[in-house]
Amino acid sequence: MTQEPVAREPKRQDPLTPPELVALVHEIAERRCKESFQELFGFFAPRVKAYLMRLGSDMHQAEELVQEAMIMVWRKAASFDPAQAAVSTWVFTIARNKRIDAIRREKRPEIDLEDPALVPQPEALADGIVEQQQHARRLKDAISRLSAEQAELIKMAYFADKAHGAIAEETGLPLGTVKSRLRLALGHLRKELKEESL
Amino acid sequence: MRSLPANHVTDELLAAYAAGTLSEAESLIVATHSAFCPICRDAIAAFEAVGASLLDEIEPEALSAGSLESVMAKLDDLEDLPDNVVRHPSAKTAAAGSDQGFVLPEPLRSYVGGDLNDVVWRPVIRGLEEAELSVSGPEFNVRLIRVAAGAAMPQHSHHGSEYTLLLTGAYRDSSGRYARGDFQMADGDVDHQPTAEPGEPCVCLIVTDAPIKLTGPVGRLLNPFIRY
Ligand SMILES: [Zn+2]
Ligand SMILES: [Zn+2]
Repeated sequence: MTQEPVAREPKRQDPLTPPELVALVHEIAERRCKESFQELFGFFAPRVKAYLMRLGSDMHQAEELVQEAMIMVWRKAASFDPAQAAVSTWVFTIARNKRIDAIRREKRPEIDLEDPALVPQPEALADGIVEQQQHARRLKDAISRLSAEQAELIKMAYFADKAHGAIAEETGLPLGTVKSRLRLALGHLRKELKEESL
Repeated sequence: MRSLPANHVTDELLAAYAAGTLSEAESLIVATHSAFCPICRDAIAAFEAVGASLLDEIEPEALSAGSLESVMAKLDDLEDLPDNVVRHPSAKTAAAGSDQGFVLPEPLRSYVGGDLNDVVWRPVIRGLEEAELSVSGPEFNVRLIRVAAGAAMPQHSHHGSEYTLLLTGAYRDSSGRYARGDFQMADGDVDHQPTAEPGEPCVCLIVTDAPIKLTGPVGRLLNPFIRY
């Protein structure tokens, strides 16, 4: 016997396209389709686990949170609105919130979209389904066009749960430089998204 | 028609909120500004998409054997939970249209435990009252302040960061005018004296990670008496 892990070797699958992901979620919402869920699980669970481990969860906790997150995907499938977000964004926010609940034991104050006191979106700003599903692809291009340093800072901001001060320490860059580079990179991505949705 | 805020949360804070790495105190003020601001809600959605995009690129981590099976086994027991309720988009529009007259939006309203008339104010100095809010994490002080119409805050600079969200009324300082929904960030480089406009009291949510530094001629004498 070799030491190789049984089956389930981490391998890059062909990424599912945004419309394919939407179709899977609809199958789950409307038909409680387990095959679709399995496919979604196969695609997202290993990524969510890697994400949680990058942010400091150990193997055991990451595994537990992935399971909880994927169960949430099953339960909330009917509330997924393709006009609001891409499936990958929706899954990201579920995993993010699971992690905050579990690790910080803090409340996460959230925007309540049902709150009558919320100032509503002017109609002109509203995005359609097509735009939302195209965002993912365009955004990936935009990220790939960032400089290596900027891309690294963005990754640290999402995957390291570090204050900017700690990032500065780790990279050996002055805090001011970290802040201004991050600001530049984020501004760039945001502008990119805005221009494409016009 | 309610107008949109003119002064917004910075991209770094919006992205950190989207990434889930902000403290509870910072999340509270970012989320409450965003209740006033569809522009920042849009930006948060964009930065959440950035997170999703990074998730796509990440080197996947294999799940342990039996993980999928154990999840599949749990699915059947979940059918009857109320979480399966569909939220119709129309409900959202209906709610937004019916103005119930709340001054404070969520999530702030929950932290206050009611609307603005439920706040118990504590006098600080003439024309200035405050009410501390309970938020976990020792590193931030979170409070509402109420400045009487036309009154000025003491002239001050900052030992750390100060985030201000304007809830009612308006104030001016050397950097401009701030009205309902506006967000201002100040630090050690800023020395200002926010002054409420006449008319109505100015109520703000303020998050600080260090005391302010009173710099005016009278303020210096007050330093020991003002805790923030
Ligand atoms: Zn804004
Ligand atoms: Zn100040």
